[in-house]
Amino acid sequence: MTTDLRILLDFDGDRRDIGDYERAGGYRQLTKALAGAPEDVVAAVDASGIRGRGGAGFPTGRKASFLPKDRKPAYLCVNADESEPGTFKDREIMLRNPHALIEGVITMSFGIGATSAFIYIRGEYRAEFEVLMAALEQARERGFVGADVLGSGYDATVVLHRGAGAYICGEETALLSSLEGERGQPRSKPPFPAVAGLYAAPTLINNVETLASVPYILEMGGAAYAEIGTERSKGTRVFSLSGNVKRPGNYEMPLTGTLRELIEGHGGGMPDGRTMKAIIPGGSSAPILMPDQIDTHIDFESIAAAGSMAGSGAIIVIDDRTCMVQLALRVSEFYKHESCGKCTPCREGTRWGVDIIRRIEMGEARQGELDLLLNVCDRILGNCLCPLGDAMAMPVASYVTHFRDEFQRHIDEGGCPFTERSPISGLYHEPAAVS
Amino acid sequence: MEPSDAQTLAGARETRPTWPAPLPRSDDTRPLYDRIQDVIALYPERKSAVVPALRLAQDEYGWLSEQAFDEVADATGFTPAFCKSVASFYDMFRLTPTGRYEICVCTNVSCALVGAAGTMRAFERELGIHPGQTSEDGLFTLKTVECYGGCGWGPVVSVNERYHEPLPAEQVPELIAQLRADAEAGA
Repeated sequence: MTTDLRILLDFDGDRRDIGDYERAGGYRQLTKALAGAPEDVVAAVDASGIRGRGGAGFPTGRKASFLPKDRKPAYLCVNADESEPGTFKDREIMLRNPHALIEGVITMSFGIGATSAFIYIRGEYRAEFEVLMAALEQARERGFVGADVLGSGYDATVVLHRGAGAYICGEETALLSSLEGERGQPRSKPPFPAVAGLYAAPTLINNVETLASVPYILEMGGAAYAEIGTERSKGTRVFSLSGNVKRPGNYEMPLTGTLRELIEGHGGGMPDGRTMKAIIPGGSSAPILMPDQIDTHIDFESIAAAGSMAGSGAIIVIDDRTCMVQLALRVSEFYKHESCGKCTPCREGTRWGVDIIRRIEMGEARQGELDLLLNVCDRILGNCLCPLGDAMAMPVASYVTHFRDEFQRHIDEGGCPFTERSPISGLYHEPAAVS
Repeated sequence: MEPSDAQTLAGARETRPTWPAPLPRSDDTRPLYDRIQDVIALYPERKSAVVPALRLAQDEYGWLSEQAFDEVADATGFTPAFCKSVASFYDMFRLTPTGRYEICVCTNVSCALVGAAGTMRAFERELGIHPGQTSEDGLFTLKTVECYGGCGWGPVVSVNERYHEPLPAEQVPELIAQLRADAEAGA
């Protein structure tokens, strides 16, 4: 299997203009789908085996099949709240191939009989919002969006809704709270959104990359799409590669590839003179992998078997200069900042985690605090409505497990031994001198 | 000082998509109340319009004052307290007056690994203020923010919601000089 097969981003430049997209075969699958039965759309997506590209990796066809039939209204929500640190692939899809998303949205809306679709885009993505607005306007002019799409009798309403800066709104029930005009706090499940979602109506929530893949799945046929990838991880995926590599960027690969192909092949490997210390394989909430695990395959199962998670497809490469305590502090501060405060283990635990790690970094921790830190992580894990607290507990526990000596040295030596070299130092320590 | 990673990693830019030109500011000069009614009409339930309405108010006044909350509450049919409770949840809503240029420096993991601390320090030196503060002339507010989704092209900085990526420390003085010149020219 070739490692450079691309589907979603298989072109140079962009296809923001609807003419470019249509010349490349765009909107034909929507036209075909509208002439057939809605169930055929969901059946093809189900047959493709594609799993959600947001983070959880749930099979998309199955998720769509959970919606009760013929209960109206029903809604499709597009999760364009890409916020997991290290992830920037939905943004590139929206900037370069916005009509694939719009075609996917209308086709899927038709497939599940949705009354309207809402694209929830993070507030910071202003340029992406403007590109989508312009693309929607073009699609409206050509009759792909609006009342009675292409004479099919199906009315496609799409509302572009901007968030206002909250990581938690990428969690699907928090997204619904936010879209309803509330603070973006998660809800308990059940009821699941498929039964009682937006405005308590049946709701399907899919990630940008997932929905943008729908036209290509229909074009190829579900079975043909399912031939790409592994037994349980189908298709291609756009990986966001960042951190200490020569050529960071988004790289689309079939799910048969390895981390080495991504990091060394596409990314050009480490900058000269540096060696790898660790790999974050699925966004900052993923436990780290060690350099000797670089031959791990990038499908969902292989990364899980290696002890981490594929998450949002964001791979962050950490070089040998980096202090793992500083990294733990930076990651846990983020989750503390984003904790919505609804569940006690997360609200209290992220604070405790940050306080302990900060004491370790500053050389103020006592012996035994490392075990206290692991204990705090353990008390968060699995005890909240949503996985935000876990997203701090999992990586932090993995840093301590893999680099216990390094954490211990901070405690024994009364401070950070890596202040001079670590690129994150400047966030926590004053630079030695300002020239 | 070592050159920042953003410089040594110039190859990163080859894979970066081109950004669109910014859209001109809306020329809709109708009262805030009327524009909020248009937004309410987009949704099955009017509460969904609260966040978009708060954004319209913030764009109008630069920040969300008591008066702005009163207007949003009046136009959406909710109480000012409810509107405040929503606004305070989201990082992009400004509950205090802000400088003419709001400079946000991403300090999350990917940006931190390639020099965000240096960029942040450069702004501190250049502006004489720390994150969370506004310069005495009212021109600049400096903030640190969480992941902006520009991880491949860090360090990422936004100025009034427009991304600059990458913005290594060395380029900070030039950017500030440009913004000062723009302000002087009334741009």
